Amino acid sequence: MKFKVNGHEVFASTGGRPFDKKKPLIIFVHGSGLTHMTWVLQTRYFAFHGYNALAVDLPGHGLSSGESLKSIEEMADWVNDVIDAVGHKEASLVGHSQGCLVTVECTSRYPNKIKTLSLMGGAGAIPMNPELLSLAENNDPKAVDLMMDWAHGPAGHFGGHPVPGLYHINTGTMLAKSRTIQNTLGVDFRACDNYKNGFEAAKKIKCPTLSILATDDKMCPVKEGKKLASLIDGSQVDIIDNCGHMMLLEEADRVLTVLKKFITTNYPPLSS
Amino acid sequence: MSDKKKELKPNTYKFDTLSLHAGYQPHKNAGSRQVPIYQTTSYLFDDVDHAAALFNLERGGHIYSRISNPTVGVLEERVASLEGGTAALATSSGMSAIFLTVMTLCEAGDHLVVSSQLYGGTVNLFRLTLPKFGIKCTFVKPRDTEGFKKAIQKNTKGIFGELVGNPGNEIMNMPEIAKIAHDAGIPLMVDATYQTPYLCKPFEHGADIVIHSLTKWMAGHGSSMAGILVEGGKFDWMQNDKFPTMTKPYEGYHGLSFAEEFGPTAFTMKARAEGMRDFGPCLSPQNAWNVLQGIETLSVRMKKHCSNAEEMVKYLSNHESVAWVSHPSVPDHPDHELAKKLLPNGRGSMIAFGIKGGKDAGVAFINNVKLASHLANVGDTRTLVIHPASGTHSQMDEATLKFAGLSHDMIRLSVGIEDIDDIKNDFEIGFRAARKPRLVSNQ
Repeated sequence: MKFKVNGHEVFASTGGRPFDKKKPLIIFVHGSGLTHMTWVLQTRYFAFHGYNALAVDLPGHGLSSGESLKSIEEMADWVNDVIDAVGHKEASLVGHSQGCLVTVECTSRYPNKIKTLSLMGGAGAIPMNPELLSLAENNDPKAVDLMMDWAHGPAGHFGGHPVPGLYHINTGTMLAKSRTIQNTLGVDFRACDNYKNGFEAAKKIKCPTLSILATDDKMCPVKEGKKLASLIDGSQVDIIDNCGHMMLLEEADRVLTVLKKFITTNYPPLSS
Repeated sequence: MSDKKKELKPNTYKFDTLSLHAGYQPHKNAGSRQVPIYQTTSYLFDDVDHAAALFNLERGGHIYSRISNPTVGVLEERVASLEGGTAALATSSGMSAIFLTVMTLCEAGDHLVVSSQLYGGTVNLFRLTLPKFGIKCTFVKPRDTEGFKKAIQKNTKGIFGELVGNPGNEIMNMPEIAKIAHDAGIPLMVDATYQTPYLCKPFEHGADIVIHSLTKWMAGHGSSMAGILVEGGKFDWMQNDKFPTMTKPYEGYHGLSFAEEFGPTAFTMKARAEGMRDFGPCLSPQNAWNVLQGIETLSVRMKKHCSNAEEMVKYLSNHESVAWVSHPSVPDHPDHELAKKLLPNGRGSMIAFGIKGGKDAGVAFINNVKLASHLANVGDTRTLVIHPASGTHSQMDEATLKFAGLSHDMIRLSVGIEDIDDIKNDFEIGFRAARKPRLVSNQ
């Protein structure tokens, strides 16, 4: 669906179901340089099971217009604006990688609106490798290739996509190259590198929180994810073996199973 | 110790490694080092909710082997990885891959621009069969790049061609024709069977969909029929209103928009969800496994195919019984320079040559060679020969043969990986027999 936030058109996948204001809202926030399509193996399930599942394209990404937002704080406020724009008073948030920084910040800023928080491959800070940052800011496609290399675990490099026939390293590469690299990945990496408030923001979070981490995640290692989770009261942690940072694709079924249990328990769907 | 900072390099696997490993994780398959053959029609559901989720594309997995199969899935991922594509869908043959591609792209009333130099079966599909479904085609000579542009109509949904034409070895100027297609907002579909991804990766030159008859060099051993379509993932289906079945809600899946939901894999998802469901040209797991065995040695075989072919080009070019030789490695081949650009790893192992003495000499040659096999296939490890005018293209009338660039003296040669001296010796037997009727008539 398309709607406007701050005068710019926003695209959000609804998981193949029409948006229904009566249903509870889950917002999925993608990682650096990516789009709503990274969530396809999670959103469709929730959309068909009593939720409004909105996988947004951040401004300037995917099918959304406008320019990319330059800081994690701006993105956090923008997610809050999305909740208002679609006519809801509250939402459950799900983030991946950079999307974790955004949703942590958003939850700390709007504690009364956010009912649950699910973090995948999250950390309190994501400092960037200076060379990788420079490549992305200079529009070099090698930045995407490096990101896809590091984002997939050793097993993920062989493929084995849960959807028959899809090769996820190339799919991720194509998503990240679908718009100008310096305007998406470059801006996002800089925003991640600049963001320093993650650990402080985490301390303010009181809603049920889940962290899904992966043993072979080189971008946000397990120890960083655990450090963040330890600052959030009652946070649950689930660790996936033999999996990299792109757990939502590499181990999509496992992620969906854990996410489903957590969200349906803490933020029940509209019963049919 | 050097102060020089090490340059960052992606460590994703390269071609030869992907040929052996892509698409398969042993630890998820009981540790089986070899890809298992899942000889089954169907797959257990965990519960009713799981079944509904699979049918509804809410999660990945297998339902019924007409739609997908784990062994076939490994093959699909492996070919997608080798081509640099986002997704692939394997079919029972190369022809079914072409048919499925067209039926996923087009509806009745649509039009395609098609290269005239194609395998005879493909010509008949586009010329005779697709019109029955209301899909019309305009044929253009592959070297007539401007002709492709002129042939595009309002209802044109794509351009199709073989990268190297069968059997005349004409090469499509893929980068230029891709630009023409993209300027018109339509995709370029390329049959790259002759090249395999070892010789050319069409996505790097602008193609949007790549099709293979895997039966040929990819499988390589003349044992199994198989085809595949591979998606590049760059084509924007939402850029115009030409592809409503990709962009508008699809009734068959609760109003799903394939382009919105699946983006760079939308075409393959639609081809599988709709095409395999409704037409069902599925690949058997045994044949998929056979093709996987072939792909494991693809680069090794292709090097030998190409070096033997270049030796045969030299041999034929200097032979008294040969009137002409067509192969992109020949300096006076019209596409020699283009071939260097598009086929840097080798120009392929298909040679067309004209035998002196015309049709009768061609028949005598074919009937007398012993090592080379006379049959309707290409890309076997063994050397193959055929006389197209009386074989693969025999269903064409005289005018169509001429338009397809075929002559009665043409012999199509698919060079195998036998010892090169043995192939040449065998050809000497054929040429001697081909000369004999003329020697007799001259006496």
